[in-house]
Amino acid sequence: MRTDWSGRPAARLIVPAALLALFGAGCRQDMHNQPKYIPLRGSEFFDDGRSARPLVNGAVARGRLREDAALYTGKAGGRALDAFPFPITREALKRGQERFNIYCTPCHDHLGTGLGMAVRRGFRRPPSFHTDRLRQLPPGEIFDVITNGFGAMPNYALQIEPRDRWAVAAYIRVLQYSQNANVADVPPEFRGRLGTPGDMR
Amino acid sequence: MPQIFHRSTNTISRVSIFGAVFALAVVGWALSSLDRSSYATRANTPREQPVAFSHAHHVGDEGFDCRYCHTSVETSSFAGLPSTEICMNCHSQIWADSPELAPVRDSFRTGQSIRWTRVHDLPDFVYFNHSIHVKQGVGCTTCHGPVDKMPLTWQHASLHMEWCLDCHRQPERYVRPRDQVFSVTYQPPPDQLELGRKLVKEYNIQSLTSCSTCHR
Ligand code: HEC
Ligand code: HEC
Ligand code: HEC
Ligand code: HEC
Ligand code: HEC
Ligand code: HEC
Repeated sequence: MRTDWSGRPAARLIVPAALLALFGAGCRQDMHNQPKYIPLRGSEFFDDGRSARPLVNGAVARGRLREDAALYTGKAGGRALDAFPFPITREALKRGQERFNIYCTPCHDHLGTGLGMAVRRGFRRPPSFHTDRLRQLPPGEIFDVITNGFGAMPNYALQIEPRDRWAVAAYIRVLQYSQNANVADVPPEFRGRLGTPGDMR
Repeated sequence: MPQIFHRSTNTISRVSIFGAVFALAVVGWALSSLDRSSYATRANTPREQPVAFSHAHHVGDEGFDCRYCHTSVETSSFAGLPSTEICMNCHSQIWADSPELAPVRDSFRTGQSIRWTRVHDLPDFVYFNHSIHVKQGVGCTTCHGPVDKMPLTWQHASLHMEWCLDCHRQPERYVRPRDQVFSVTYQPPPDQLELGRKLVKEYNIQSLTSCSTCHR
């Protein structure tokens, strides 16, 4: 004999309904999206919708106290520093090369002639680094251009740390040398190797 | 007592028992492949964005470095999305009147951030950290795929736990030299395993598989 469900529609629904409820209960994503701020997550609370809050004026973040004026402003006594505030080692030059290639080549290109891709697509052409005026530019001045921008050039203060800005300035000196060196600049003991391809990097 | 069921129903009951096991297996298999499918993981589906930003143009054609825009990728857990100021570094002059860039200019004027649609989104109970991967020689494209060919960004990997573990168990299958991490053209050499083992030793890379590495 078969049980006849047809007269009791409620009973017929109860099993699927229970199953559905069970499955549905498992579908909440509370642990996937917890009510906390993580980087890049917006906020309903603040007017500008950002969970990352800007510093209150005058606050100094830990490790951000900038006492060494020369290192952080590129100036000493109101004039651009004509030296580097720390010794420029090979590591510093490598670091400078890396940062220059990331942030400066879009406009200044890899050699510093001012024909980067952004310039080819319509950005104003910067001057070549290989002119007498720019060869004389004190490092503190280059630091200042990176920190505050210059004319049509945007500033890179948010993207490049102060020490790295000095490293970039030093690397610009390297680029300038590379296009304007003569035999007298080579130490005598290495002159014999000129013309033989060696380790350029 | 008379028999209720005829003898032939024995076969039916046997078949249906095995059938049930089989059917369960099929359902299980279907569910797990659904879970791994790009439909469920949302991999390989370009996401609509408030501004049609194209990595294919900026990275593929122009050759800009990831770090120009994703500035914190080397130093912190998150790579970060570029602020409007970074776009305006170039777009103050390039395509400065293009309607496509109107939301960028509005954002620059009002100070309201552009609300990018997240492409990747790990559950909040998973800890992920970019800086360690970048430092230990895992390239952007290993995890994010051919970014330089994406007109709109999509997710390349499943982001499932098994995907993370697949690499964490044997990192030598994927690591590359540190100076190639940001390269989008890098291809693993034919002797990847040999190179990988050498790099794992040189960079002192551990195989991190304990649960607390990622669930902390
Ligand atoms: C978006 C394009 C762009 C980028 C990127 C860029 N610059 Fe410039 N730069 C310019 C332009 C344009 C000028 C010329 C500005 C003018 O004369 O109005 C310039 C000028 C300069 C000058 C010469 C200043 C002078 O006294 O004439 C220096 C030095 C310089 N840039 C350094 C850098 C460094 C270092 C970087 C990387 C951190 C960099 N630039 C990145 C566009 C750019
Ligand atoms: C010119 C700036 C720029 C450069 C250069 C750039 N990106 Fe992006 N990237 C963005 C912007 C803007 C977004 C957000 C919009 C989107 O998702 O397409 C983004 C999003 C992404 C995302 C998805 C983020 C998410 O929402 O989950 C990944 C992954 C990514 N970029 C990887 C890279 C890699 C790898 C490189 C270098 C090969 C790179 N980007 C270079 C600007 C840039
Ligand atoms: C370093 C310079 C630079 C930066 C920074 C930059 N762009 Fe561009 N962008 C370009 C160049 C160059 C083009 C032109 C590409 C072409 O003409 O092929 C372009 C084109 C575009 C276009 C229109 C054409 C296209 O590619 O579909 C959009 C939209 C765009 N950029 C959005 C952005 C956004 C959003 C940001 C900030 C996250 C940004 N760009 C940052 C250089 C830049
Ligand atoms: C080991 C794999 C892996 C590598 C290598 C990797 N990423 Fe990611 N990336 C992820 C994961 C996973 C997420 C999602 C993080 C989340 O949702 O919390 C992500 C998210 C992002 C985002 C979105 C914003 C954010 O910070 O969460 C950007 C942008 C990004 N990656 C860029 C990069 C760039 C650029 C590189 C190369 C320097 C890179 N990634 C290397 C796995 C990786
Ligand atoms: C392609 C390879 C690869 C993939 C994919 C990958 N990782 Fe890793 N991961 C590594 C390597 C290599 C290390 C460094 C191990 C070391 O330093 O000994 C690492 C380290 C880590 C660490 C350690 C950080 C610390 O501070 O101790 C965490 C957390 C982590 N990965 C999370 C993840 C998560 C979550 C995923 C998936 C979303 C993931 N990883 C995917 C290769 C990978
Ligand atoms: C390399 C990083 C990594 C390690 C190690 C790891 N997990 Fe996970 N785990 C993940 C990621 C990523 C997810 C999110 C997967 C997803 O969204 O599908 C996850 C998700 C989970 C989930 C939730 C699954 C779900 O569907 O919600 C559990 C439970 C879990 N992990 C347990 C563990 C246990 C137990 C261990 C140790 C044996 C472990 N995990 C080790 C990365 C890791």
